[in-house]
Amino acid sequence: MDIKIALAGNPNSGKTTLFNDLTGSRQYVGNWPGVTVEKKEGRLKGHDDVIIQDLPGIYSLSPYTLEEVVSRTYLVNEKPDAIINIVDGTNIERNLYLTTQLMELNIPMVVALNMMDLVRKNGDKVDTKALSEKLGVEVVELSALKGEGSKEVSEKAIAAARTSSLGKRPSILSGEAGDAVRQIEELIRGKVDEKFLAWNAIKLFERDAKAVEALSLDDGTLAKIESLIKTCETELDDDSESIVTNLRYNEITGITADTVKKGRAKGELSVSDKIDRIVTNRILGLPIFAVVMFLIYAIAMGGWSVSVGTRATDFTNDVIFGEWVPGLFDGILGALNVGEGTVLYGLIQNGIIAGVGAVLGFVPQMLVLFLLLSILEDIGYMSRVAFVMDRIFRQFGLSGKSFIPCLVATGCGVPGVMASRTIENERDRRMTVMTTTFMPCGAKLPIIGLIAGAIFDGSPLVAASAYFIGIGSIVLSGIILKKFKAFAGQPAPFVMELPAYHIPSVSGVLRATWERGWSFIKRAGSVIVISSIVIWFLSSFGTVNGQFGMVDNLFEDENLVTEEYVAELADRMNVPKDDVTPMDASLLASVGNTVAPVFSPLGFGSWKPTVATVTGLVAKEQVVGTFGVLYNYDAVAEQAVDEETGELLFDEAGEPVMAELSEEGDEIWDRVAEDYTPMAALAFMVFNLLCAPCFAAIGAIKREMNNAKWTWAAIGYMTVWAYVLAFITYNVGGVIKGEHGFGLGPIMGIVLIGVIIWLLVRKGYKADDSVQSLTSVNANAA
Amino acid sequence: MKTLKDIPVGETVKVVKLHGEGPVKRRIMDMGITKGVEVYVRKLAPLGDPMELNVRGYELSVRNADAALIEVE
Repeated sequence: MDIKIALAGNPNSGKTTLFNDLTGSRQYVGNWPGVTVEKKEGRLKGHDDVIIQDLPGIYSLSPYTLEEVVSRTYLVNEKPDAIINIVDGTNIERNLYLTTQLMELNIPMVVALNMMDLVRKNGDKVDTKALSEKLGVEVVELSALKGEGSKEVSEKAIAAARTSSLGKRPSILSGEAGDAVRQIEELIRGKVDEKFLAWNAIKLFERDAKAVEALSLDDGTLAKIESLIKTCETELDDDSESIVTNLRYNEITGITADTVKKGRAKGELSVSDKIDRIVTNRILGLPIFAVVMFLIYAIAMGGWSVSVGTRATDFTNDVIFGEWVPGLFDGILGALNVGEGTVLYGLIQNGIIAGVGAVLGFVPQMLVLFLLLSILEDIGYMSRVAFVMDRIFRQFGLSGKSFIPCLVATGCGVPGVMASRTIENERDRRMTVMTTTFMPCGAKLPIIGLIAGAIFDGSPLVAASAYFIGIGSIVLSGIILKKFKAFAGQPAPFVMELPAYHIPSVSGVLRATWERGWSFIKRAGSVIVISSIVIWFLSSFGTVNGQFGMVDNLFEDENLVTEEYVAELADRMNVPKDDVTPMDASLLASVGNTVAPVFSPLGFGSWKPTVATVTGLVAKEQVVGTFGVLYNYDAVAEQAVDEETGELLFDEAGEPVMAELSEEGDEIWDRVAEDYTPMAALAFMVFNLLCAPCFAAIGAIKREMNNAKWTWAAIGYMTVWAYVLAFITYNVGGVIKGEHGFGLGPIMGIVLIGVIIWLLVRKGYKADDSVQSLTSVNANAA
Repeated sequence: MKTLKDIPVGETVKVVKLHGEGPVKRRIMDMGITKGVEVYVRKLAPLGDPMELNVRGYELSVRNADAALIEVE
């Protein structure tokens, strides 16, 4: 039988480092069932029968936050054989608060006193032996970052598990409260697992809603317990929760007074404090933050020589997926005698490799971004970011912690969505996940560039408006969503620790970076391969004058491509007769044509923009690439020119080398401009910027929500919001710009604006969080 | 009633009573701000809110609105 050891401790106590140290590579990361909390477990190095279950970082075992509830539920239901409680040695008092609660579970426990290297450096002294005696559990010194002591911790934990030993633990609850709890114990004896008798009695005393729910006691018992609590509260002039908390901390202060001696005088500044004097300085705080963020983007996504991210991505796109991989497959396919015009060749080169390559191409950029952000997080800077930005986010019912995902999403939505994990309140977390991808990410920039360049003469106002619309959507969505029952509730308390800065652990950072990057690659490998194949198939095959096959090949048959056919095709697909291309006959075009009317109210109800929008689901840059193909880039392409000498380029066979479609599609701007009025183009841009993000981001959303209903709700919300905004842009904007007259469309547009304003200002759902009696808590839980 | 919100930067005060209820109050207490504890007001964020406190040896950030629930002397 496997031994199960739970790893519990405060956030920032070095738990992750210890977990990595204990389990090495034998880790599994997922989510706790049904919730947005990450679940990590692994096997202990060197022992095949010991499982280490990492619990979320928690400060307490209250019933209020998701992490705490998940941890409690695990400990009470799964009954691990032992607990390793990791305690930050530089912060013992607050860490012991959790320790006292864990002890009540009557599970064998070992305290790992971490960061002993820092403790010694600060000149602090901890009498580990005395601490052990007073707590009634073994205390082992640990320095997880230095790798000292973790083996001893695990051996002691296994020993404790094997002997099921429980030391003599201090009784925290004394006086009237202690008496009340003991009486509650008698009332529930027999109705609960004996092991958790003390734990449950204390929780009932605190009117813990989750415990009440789990126990389902009869009203009579609850009423008796309630009267015991009330008596105690009156005597001590405080509510039961506060009574218990105070007693805990009083006991802890007593213990630490005898066992811990601080090296620094009170009021003396630590190194972290000194750094923060500058970093969260009233005047320098914001500018420093701006500089840090700028540097991150410069390195990951900028266009300079220091921009490692961009250079790696360009290399991947141009060389790996531009030459090596296609070249390799050319060789393989050639050896297998698969010709260039065949289906198999097209499927592999133009379908799979092109599609997957487009997405995998920006993995290097993302890895660099992930790496830099992991470093910032590990150092402890992210909490400073939340500290500085909280004031703004509080206005729309969120907290400073919601800022980071949005910020990260300006580079890429995938790490942005992942960054929402630090938000404790589940409602806020879900809301942040739903709105983070409104931010224009790196992949959306080409879309902005295309529209700005083709229609608006390259006006920088267009780019600015894109960011403005993104941020505005996040803010407005926050306000609107908060008024719904699903998201309402008391604003989550923003009581946040600012952990001491420390040197990032190289292995920890690399591991975090790789984990995020790998999940992205896995998604690319699955969904994107399939969708690339599907899109390739639909665009390559179609019916030409009654014959089904690869349209490129069929169009070469002069017997099929008669003048009447071309005329009919041109008419059906709404293109000028002279511009008809094989793709107009493809399945994709037909499908696009059928779906296109959906977008007519937005001003772009023809099949080309419809198809382009759909390909945006694979990767947002594809929108521009698709436009290139659909607007018959080949016809306007010019011969490529050597950048330095200006000479025309020829390849080895003497054929002219055609220029590639540039990132923003400059070459097709004129043709695009013909097709769309300015407002329709703007509506197209708005829709594509705000609607459902690319598959990779959808995958990230799915992973964070851990719930199909919520994932669909997120995608649905974004798409509906995008549609509404694009509708307003085209209809109301169109009237303002004089593109069309006042009619049904503009009227609906104004109505929609009215609806949005109403959603913003109405009174929201008010949740009732006041203290209730036990019986009403029980009634509510049922 | 003097609350933590009224205390200027640089001063040390002692907590007398915690007002408020439910999750907010519990959170504040869980983090170590209980009756009788000493709190040092380190600084205010660049935008004026939240405030940074030193409690039981570590740095804690608390919103002004929540600080108003903490009665001190």
